[in-house]
Amino acid sequence: MQEKDPEMMTIIAFSGDLDKLWPTMILSSTAAANGMDVAVFYTFWGLFPLVRDDVRFTGNDAMTKMLAGMNAPGMKKAHLSKLKMAGMGRWMMRKVAKKNNLMAPEDLFAMGQEMGVQMWPCQMTMDLLGIEADQMVDGLGPPIGAATALARMSKSSISLFI
Amino acid sequence: MDTIDKVVDARGQNCPMPVLMAAKAAKELTSGQLMRIDATDNGARSDIPAWASQTGNELVESSEDQGVLSFVIRKK
Repeated sequence: MQEKDPEMMTIIAFSGDLDKLWPTMILSSTAAANGMDVAVFYTFWGLFPLVRDDVRFTGNDAMTKMLAGMNAPGMKKAHLSKLKMAGMGRWMMRKVAKKNNLMAPEDLFAMGQEMGVQMWPCQMTMDLLGIEADQMVDGLGPPIGAATALARMSKSSISLFI
Repeated sequence: MDTIDKVVDARGQNCPMPVLMAAKAAKELTSGQLMRIDATDNGARSDIPAWASQTGNELVESSEDQGVLSFVIRKK
């Protein structure tokens, strides 16, 4: 059996929720700071936060456009997984985070990229939701599929699904 | 005590910033050089030593003065 690499971590970022983006960004950037080889695979709802904040709508037909309308793309527009309260929860959480000097997920994401975290968008989700490569933030790795993610997870001593 | 080659001021920063700032600063040092990290985040008490041991950098000294934690690290 193949040995797992203690210096390798892979995160599947499935949820696009604000309160789950935080642990994803904190753990990935810190692992890179610890010298680990880190990759984050963004899939399903997790792909929306990779859309640039200035892109208002994604989607290539009525359905996918409606989905993007109900779930605004962009990391700054991410909602909490609970206490949504029509956007109040997100606003309060960001306020509290700022007050306590916790960096915003988008800033931790940029730090992670700077530290060498590989950010991989899921090709299948891009097709499914009609999200184009040019609608996403810069510095991402090539779009990949489940087999590539699994091949990496099988070697990573730490694999997380967030 | 040898001279400190770099001081990282992470006071007021919260997890995981002190570690990220330390890692960034360490990249600019050459092997054997010393840096000091000042932090007020209580999590840094365990996080900076954990980062040092994970990366192979040596924690030479740690101290606390009026709520400010200071760590001296020797670059691997």
